[in-house]
Amino acid sequence: MGPVRAAAVSTATAPLPRRGAAEPAPRLAVVSAAVPLRRPLTSRIPWTLVVFLVMATVPWVGSRYDTFLAGQIVIDALFAVSLNLLLGTTGLVSFGHVAYFGVGAYVCGILMKTYDWPFSLAFPAAGLGAALFALISGFFCVRLMKLYFAMLTLAFSQIVWAVAYKWNDVTGGDQGLPEIPYPNLDWMSAIPGCADLSVGARFYLLSLALVAVSLAIVHRIVRSPFGRVLTTIRDNPERAAFLGVNVRLYQLAAFVIAGGFAGLAGALYGIFSRGVFADYVFWSKSAEILIMTILGGAGYFWGPPVGAAALVWLNQAVTDYTQYWSFVLGAILLVLLFGFPGGIVGGLVLLWRRLRRFRRNRTGDDGQRHA
Amino acid sequence: MSPSFLFSQFMGGLTTAMFLFLIASGLSLVFGVMRVINFAHGSFYMIGAYLAWQVVQWLQPSGGVFWIAALAAALGVALLGALTERVFFRSLYGREELYQLLFTYALVLILGDAAKFLWGTDQLSVSTPPALAGGVTIFGTTQPLYTLFIIAIGPAIAFILWLVLNRTGTGRMVRAAQMDREMLDALGANVSLIYTGMFALSAFLAGLSGALVTPIQSIVPGMDVLIIVQAFIVVVIGGMGSLWGTFWGSVIYGQVLSFGILIFPGFSLFSVFALMAVILIVRPWGLFGRPL
Repeated sequence: MGPVRAAAVSTATAPLPRRGAAEPAPRLAVVSAAVPLRRPLTSRIPWTLVVFLVMATVPWVGSRYDTFLAGQIVIDALFAVSLNLLLGTTGLVSFGHVAYFGVGAYVCGILMKTYDWPFSLAFPAAGLGAALFALISGFFCVRLMKLYFAMLTLAFSQIVWAVAYKWNDVTGGDQGLPEIPYPNLDWMSAIPGCADLSVGARFYLLSLALVAVSLAIVHRIVRSPFGRVLTTIRDNPERAAFLGVNVRLYQLAAFVIAGGFAGLAGALYGIFSRGVFADYVFWSKSAEILIMTILGGAGYFWGPPVGAAALVWLNQAVTDYTQYWSFVLGAILLVLLFGFPGGIVGGLVLLWRRLRRFRRNRTGDDGQRHA
Repeated sequence: MSPSFLFSQFMGGLTTAMFLFLIASGLSLVFGVMRVINFAHGSFYMIGAYLAWQVVQWLQPSGGVFWIAALAAALGVALLGALTERVFFRSLYGREELYQLLFTYALVLILGDAAKFLWGTDQLSVSTPPALAGGVTIFGTTQPLYTLFIIAIGPAIAFILWLVLNRTGTGRMVRAAQMDREMLDALGANVSLIYTGMFALSAFLAGLSGALVTPIQSIVPGMDVLIIVQAFIVVVIGGMGSLWGTFWGSVIYGQVLSFGILIFPGFSLFSVFALMAVILIVRPWGLFGRPL
């Protein structure tokens, strides 16, 4: 893993008091507090707000297809961030995260289509439903060690798939639930500039806003004392237990939160893609979302959204030329695993540090004001 | 429900079971020695099926061609497995499980598309070898000879594997590698060769089962991801890394699937995954395995 891990770890430790040599290296190259204390111009710009605003202009400046891609990115970003709460923050490798995404999609879809619930109720219900299922399944999962944990999450996700695939009366079976209605978004006409937007574009804006709020909440959770405990568990579960932390309880809490947000992403996705189908819940989707997370960089909060954007963009760029998208994805994955375990964000951080070191060596002084 | 109906249901379950055992035994071997869950095992199986079809095409269907094709396919896949281990997998030992899992998943993606590229997306099929084309009547049901052959070959392979693992010097080395790799290495054994050998053997079994399945199932893209989950279930039920566990796990799986259809129509899929989950919860090391 060499330089990538070393660089990422030292970034993580930079603002903190120096850790002892006995400190085990984080298992994934993880930066939990990458905010440097110096404040050059570039870091005074609120980048997340800028990205959010740029994404919000897509329905006006882009085509319908661009809006579609942007919607895909936004929803995948939330899904991948929820997975990364397990993977990057808590150090749990789930191979069945798509189960909670699927439960959310089905709960929201069934409530809106079959029972005519309004979106404002069905959406939170989807999150709660997924969180509840995560509570039940997670209760058993967190008891198991690594590979068994991965297998049990896989088993639960396949149970969801089997139910979705066969329970015709409720889930529509292999026909799925097509034509889930859009929520009533007439109120958006009152917002200046939105009057001419199609309902699809409006739903994209609503999704963007909901995802932004969700990401803000997850970000808050990761940076909270609770999130710190999760990171401690990831780095060294035994030490966390010695400190009096109830490791399983914290892991379960992370599992439930991750499941809930995955459910919200699923609810949005069902409406966005105009239907919920059993294919969404097949186990290979869990692998895809893992790849997305790793591609962006599991060690960084903004890694998974970057991975989502990169993968959605790559997918449409590659499928223009060839039908062998899986082959390309597999090749990307190989490059990632053997060359850039830190993902895109990890690679950029490494590049940035190299550039800085290069500049520092050339000018002969630090060139930076360290607080 | 007449006895002959139940019997044919039982035989159906047993056929499924023995096929799954052929596939899952390789998965279980690799897990036992290297502690790696190989998602690409299903892809090896699929490549075995395609290779068998290809060899049959080359040699033109006649007498013993099927058996040559099956052996060639298994050997071809074994070579592929050995190469994979030597070139890529080698550098992943000692890394996190996630990287190993994702690497094997990358192989799934790459091999799946490679098969589509080489053999297209149409269904392909291979005819039953003439010697086993007929059927025999047992308890008033007609059982094709080929499925009886499969039912016989499962225990035969299990017995051979058991013999090799427990009664030969090589087998002793493998079991030692399973227990303590570093110690075996320190004692001067060529552990790296053992690992390559195990990977090749596991791929051989996958390729062989892929080839043997062709007379009764058509070869289609996507058969890799469908089979791997079933193989996981079998291995989990019996105990990851345990040979006889995998054998009995497949028998249980086959019967649950076969009779589950009678009891809860439509929910037999659910029942096998539920069984897998319950076993992982109650006894993560499986019915016949030992705790890690």
